[in-house]
Amino acid sequence: MTAPRTFKYVGTRPIRHDGVDKVTGRASYGADPSWPGMLHGFVLRSPHAHARIVSIDTKAAEAMPGVHAVITGRDLPETTAQIALGEAAIDLRDIGDNALARTKVLYDGHAVAAVAATTIDIARQAAAAIAVVYDVLEPVTNIDRAIAADAPILHPALRTKGAPSAADDATNVASRLELKRGDVDAGFAEADVVVEREFRTPMVHQGYIEPHACIARCGEDGRAIVWCTTQGPFVVRDACAAIVGLDPANVKVVPSEIGGGFGGKIVVYLEPLALALARKAQRPVKIVMGRDDVFRATGPTSGSKVRVKLGAKRDGTIVAASASLWYEAGAYPGSPVGAGAMCMLAAYKVPNFLIEAYDVVVNKPKVAAYRAPGSPIAAFAMESVVDEIARELKIDPIELRLANANAEGDRAPYGPKYGPIGLQQILDAARGHPHWRAPLGPNQGRGFAVGFWFNAGMNSSATITLNGDGSAAIVTGNPDIGGTRAAQALMAAEELGIPVERVRSNVGDTDGSGYTDVTGGSRVCYATGMAVIRAAEDAREQLRARAATIWNVSKDDVGWEDGRAIPPAGTEKAAPMTVAELAAKMTQTGGPIVGRASLYAPMAGPAFGAHICDLEVDPETGRSRIVRYTAFQDVGKAVHPGYVEGQMQGGVAQGIGWALNEEYIYSPDGVMENAGFLDYRMPVASDLPMIETVIVEVANPLHPYGVRGVGEVPIVPPLAAVANAMRDATGIRFTALPLSPPRVLEAIEAAAAVPVEA
Amino acid sequence: MSKLHIETTINREPAEFLCEPHETLLSALRNGVGLTGTKEGCATGDCGACSILLDGRLVPACLVLAPEAQGRSITTIEGLSRGAALHPLQQKFLEHAALQCGICTPGFIVAAKALLDAKPDPSEEETRYWLAGNLCRCTGYDKIVRAVLDAASEMKGSTA
Repeated sequence: MTAPRTFKYVGTRPIRHDGVDKVTGRASYGADPSWPGMLHGFVLRSPHAHARIVSIDTKAAEAMPGVHAVITGRDLPETTAQIALGEAAIDLRDIGDNALARTKVLYDGHAVAAVAATTIDIARQAAAAIAVVYDVLEPVTNIDRAIAADAPILHPALRTKGAPSAADDATNVASRLELKRGDVDAGFAEADVVVEREFRTPMVHQGYIEPHACIARCGEDGRAIVWCTTQGPFVVRDACAAIVGLDPANVKVVPSEIGGGFGGKIVVYLEPLALALARKAQRPVKIVMGRDDVFRATGPTSGSKVRVKLGAKRDGTIVAASASLWYEAGAYPGSPVGAGAMCMLAAYKVPNFLIEAYDVVVNKPKVAAYRAPGSPIAAFAMESVVDEIARELKIDPIELRLANANAEGDRAPYGPKYGPIGLQQILDAARGHPHWRAPLGPNQGRGFAVGFWFNAGMNSSATITLNGDGSAAIVTGNPDIGGTRAAQALMAAEELGIPVERVRSNVGDTDGSGYTDVTGGSRVCYATGMAVIRAAEDAREQLRARAATIWNVSKDDVGWEDGRAIPPAGTEKAAPMTVAELAAKMTQTGGPIVGRASLYAPMAGPAFGAHICDLEVDPETGRSRIVRYTAFQDVGKAVHPGYVEGQMQGGVAQGIGWALNEEYIYSPDGVMENAGFLDYRMPVASDLPMIETVIVEVANPLHPYGVRGVGEVPIVPPLAAVANAMRDATGIRFTALPLSPPRVLEAIEAAAAVPVEA
Repeated sequence: MSKLHIETTINREPAEFLCEPHETLLSALRNGVGLTGTKEGCATGDCGACSILLDGRLVPACLVLAPEAQGRSITTIEGLSRGAALHPLQQKFLEHAALQCGICTPGFIVAAKALLDAKPDPSEEETRYWLAGNLCRCTGYDKIVRAVLDAASEMKGSTA
């Protein structure tokens, strides 16, 4: 084992390079620009959750002065193309149908037509003049109804992938996945204590503050430009080309600054519509969603039903687990239930388990990725049951987890053997933290939970251009959603030995940067960071070669130390040369220096978080308040600790919202009833305390600095940490989220009404 | 279709724009005047991304009709820095890493300015309740609150 590397820049907290633009209002987000000759688009959406489209009459809309184009599903060709995205594939037929319904509408808010006009008011009036005749069908808005024998069918051609029998019936269950180890029955027979519970969570939205927005134009030569707020410009390019029917080489996607995404800005919604309208009108078209559109027709993540049974011996050893997970996919297949199943037992050595996972379509919006997709739902169920086991066995919840915690060399429930992981280290850190022993006040409770996420690697590219003054400019293809420009500049500064302020990070468009997968999967600092490091190494090698030319020695004999080329011993007149000195001579020594790297990282560094939550509940109203919260996480290596802490704090806040207040509420006929921030209650500043973070660094051997990725893990534990704190405060095990005041009050009153048995 | 001609003051300078009678001040600022630092997150007054000062009072620009700006004084995020100097709140947001995606940041900084104008030495609790009209989905508010409190203490020091 080599000694840990000491860093000069990595681990410091420089001001982010895009910061001034963002605190002064100058940064340009999706809806900010206006293009010459630009039209305004408006999308007409279905008021029904489930209906056949009988006819759409656009004649009146098209005849209105100021209207330049109207499109319906008939204007988009059907495509069977797919986009690979990690292990998953995005089915573009579904994405296209979701962007603009062809034959059926499948949820309240499903787009059915779009208009481009000279003003937004005219576009809105024209949309209202489009006559759509619907044949309304019974909606399916929850899992129990969707899997019932007499359920209405969303997709007549859908069959269950992975069904055990060769069933050939129409169904709303899109897939079944099974994970298995050992002998579950024998395992439960060994158990001294068995806890079984069923959990429910509602759909929740990513809740990014910036609504989806884009501007598209399409020239007479067939070349198109799409400006949009996205986590994945290359996904937008390939999806738009396939859905609208263009050659991807003719589509350039320019990512704006992005106002939050959390997974929800990976797929396309507006972009193909703006492009199709722009092609038809031969004018640029801008479309911006309203917040109600964002809620009704984008995001969210699955509602769920999860049944868990866990068995342990008296000494706390977990011997068996079984679980069934049903996740709502929304209108098209593709919930993150498989990921949920794989994450569920990731923390624990469980010799015998059987997990079944079902992907269920319902008449609600098609789910999109949301921060560690699938894992928080599974952890809510699993970590609640682990808490019950600890209570039954009277074992400290952290000790129980330590006794069963996976470590390096253990086989993960989803297959591979773990490399170095920091689970035991974060549990130790939590056990030794003053928070764990701090006294609680009246009506307060403390909860503990852990969480896991795989993190992602995939494709990344980077270039680093040296300037004549020795400064450097990085270009990558990842929109900066939370400080990655700063992290990339730190890594380049570290390799080149130039001050981090002298490195400028840029986000390129799809023509200006090498292919790069999405800003997601906690992959940017890890995989794109690795590409930046290699590009810097490439630039450094070129600098060494230039020094060799200047000194007339072999490049192999030129050393490199702290940002300087070092001449070989015995080179009399040569002094070490800095990057700036070498850069000043670029023209004389061979021309510009551009470091380049492209890579595919098949694996990443899996990571765990552990959270302690203190909650106080008002028994009169059922309202609860988080009074103290501490998050521990193995991040591998914190490149910019300020933004690592920020990711942890932000994930905690989202998880607390999910636990306490957030939910999609539907009427019986499938219409969303709370499509706005007033009624969809996200945490505000006065809801939360300071969120303490403890960064643990167990180096990931796959990255030169040990980086793991940080963004997703912190949303995994809070659902259970909050519910376990509520159990501690009230004595009541809540198995359904959110723990909103009416639900908590009802349970407290019901518990008080039960006569205590002697 | 006739537009209204509005004369107003924006960021200490006389300004005029044309707007529809039913147009929001947010739309007029963004689309009419070209000041896009004020953001739209909801258009219902729930998220605070469009926070501005109207005659010194903190309001969401999406709930003000553009014609109401006639004869009034508007401060937007673009009016906070003076020349090359950032406002202390802007500087502290940068130093504390109090922004991630940055879309809510203009609204928070304008709202925090209104807080410090009204109450130069707020407690953490006062800061949290004052900023409860501004949604941030990235930060969990921790670093935002710290940045505002730090700016308050620095501004107090500089004027003392």
